[in-house]
Amino acid sequence: MIQSVVSAARERLEAVDELSEYYRLRGTTVPVSVEQIVDQFRLGLDKIMGEASLYAPRLAALAYKQCEGDCYQAVILLRAYRATLERRYHSDVIDVENMHILRRISSSFKEIPGGQILGPTRDYTQRLLDARIAEEDTAEARRAFLDEWHKRLEGATLEPVRQFSRVSDILVREGIMKPVMDDDRSVTDITREPLLFPANRSATLQSLARAETGGLLTFGYAGMRGFGGAHGAVNELRVGRVAVVVTDGRGNKRYVGRLTVTEAAMSGGKRSQGGKKRTRPSMQIGYGLCFGQNETKAICMGMLDNGMRGKETGQAHKELVLYHTEAADAAGFIHHLKMPHYASSQARLQRVRNAVGRMRGMRAVRGIAPVKPRHEQVEMSDMPELE
Amino acid sequence: MAGEMQTFKKFQCNYNFAFIDEATKKEVRRSILKAVCIPGYQVPYSSPEMPIARGWGTGGLHVTLSLVGRDDTLKIIDQGSDASVNACNLRDFVAMTTGCETTYDTAQATLIQSRHRIPEEARRSDQIIVLQVPQPEVLRRVERYERKTREMHAEADYAKLWVVLYEAYVRTGDVVGRAVRVNDRYIMTPSPIPRWDIPQLDIARNLHLFGAGREKRIYAVPPLTPVAPLEFEDIKFRMEDFFETVCASSKHTEAFMDEIYENDAEQAKWVINDSNFLDKILDGCRPPQRRHEYWGQAI
Repeated sequence: MIQSVVSAARERLEAVDELSEYYRLRGTTVPVSVEQIVDQFRLGLDKIMGEASLYAPRLAALAYKQCEGDCYQAVILLRAYRATLERRYHSDVIDVENMHILRRISSSFKEIPGGQILGPTRDYTQRLLDARIAEEDTAEARRAFLDEWHKRLEGATLEPVRQFSRVSDILVREGIMKPVMDDDRSVTDITREPLLFPANRSATLQSLARAETGGLLTFGYAGMRGFGGAHGAVNELRVGRVAVVVTDGRGNKRYVGRLTVTEAAMSGGKRSQGGKKRTRPSMQIGYGLCFGQNETKAICMGMLDNGMRGKETGQAHKELVLYHTEAADAAGFIHHLKMPHYASSQARLQRVRNAVGRMRGMRAVRGIAPVKPRHEQVEMSDMPELE
Repeated sequence: MAGEMQTFKKFQCNYNFAFIDEATKKEVRRSILKAVCIPGYQVPYSSPEMPIARGWGTGGLHVTLSLVGRDDTLKIIDQGSDASVNACNLRDFVAMTTGCETTYDTAQATLIQSRHRIPEEARRSDQIIVLQVPQPEVLRRVERYERKTREMHAEADYAKLWVVLYEAYVRTGDVVGRAVRVNDRYIMTPSPIPRWDIPQLDIARNLHLFGAGREKRIYAVPPLTPVAPLEFEDIKFRMEDFFETVCASSKHTEAFMDEIYENDAEQAKWVINDSNFLDKILDGCRPPQRRHEYWGQAI
């Protein structure tokens, strides 16, 4: 008998898969190619790659396409794939200071050494729907823009590529910005070991780097509004390309590729370490670094890195933030509520009914008239089990 | 483009036996060994992402996939049923990545992964039950922070749990809850199995493993380990009462039942929850069940 029920269930599964595939393909337009997504959904893919902690634009595009643009699903697909990859090397520490800069700004200073480089951003454009983009469905439209663009660059003298020192160094030299010393500096790999509390700085920053961008936005914003950390300032925000170098078995450095990353150095107040002595006021860095151009994430990371420091409250806040911005965990568990729970709810139902029954009995003994059953319902919150 | 798509294809057939790579399996197995050595203690482990969503049985899968060998016969159930859609999905996944035999027959299986139920039929010592756990921390209800709960476990500081249990008794007249004390040391939650199943853990013949993927913890109840439900000297733990409820399909009593409403009928009917157990009864056999001190002592 079970055989037939199981096959019925499997048939349903197949039908569901087929139906989803139908919804993905039912449109009459040409399916968008993975290439097109890589070319035209840069920021979306950056966000997905960051949350998946897998820097692979083509795979991210495939994932995005496969699940019809559901970013959470795309992240799960990439995380599952990533988890099967063998770790052959650890990269050397990435030299972010010598990043090939695409964008670099500071809000703490009007002018910074090397200048403010705005780079690609929509921060300063008016948020008006642009009808021309809706019409831009031909290759000609694209070519027209690009031709014009290249023509303007021809003959123009471009400044040579150069590296910039960090804006924070100014404050460090001045002694106003203190290094973060109160931390365990060992390196944890949170994809190979679970996150344990108290979490050290490397585990914290890794968790933040792969956290859900929206979640970080929420906690970062809450911090500015008095829940948690303080209002930080963007000392420096950089977007650019960095080289990834590994050291092979013979000790040779090998360049294996480059990543686009966003780095935010926030400045915040230094937490008091207790003690009675009055200490000189100082600032401390809040650091954020994530894949792609994802300034929301990098800035919130920086704010939270700073806000989650300090002995007791910092660690407490850390558990709240790090556990609940874990994209795959959070979304997965929320969706699990759709699974059947009838065996467990049967057990709970019996408990409630028995409690109701006992209450009725008690009323009868005390000579109180029984009230109508619906008023007698025992609150679910009286039931200690959460599961 | 075509070349790239081929690489995608290559990725698909390159998965290891039982999906997880061997180094990670080793790590999971080491965590399982530690869990077996310290019954009821939650061992943190890496919990790599799986191709199913968190909260849908990843922890169970980690345990199953790190233990499964080519000779194993698998049974995967959800809420007591082999036919649950999620159980089918997990079963297909494990079968696809291992090529192992699967079965619905509890007696045939060497490895049983389950969600929210322990099979009704008595287990043997050569079987392993893997339970999927949504929330492994029994103290989470009384303490929000992980750092504190780990300390409380280390110090066997369970006073708050007893208070909650007492408060529940005051409010509802019953010691509700599923927390158990394992080997007279750690208090743990046996995943949300009904209380009907809880005494099955005590001095069981088989190994019970608990995998909580999202929370990245594994814990275990080894065979022949004492497991006691939390109860007071004068107020005892009691199971759900199915000793006189008659199954509408099989006319059998004494098994955990589902309450079923058909065709908007006012009257519920009861049917045995464990699908394989029900099938066997309908086939005319009576699989052995494990009786214990709480049997018949219903609410």
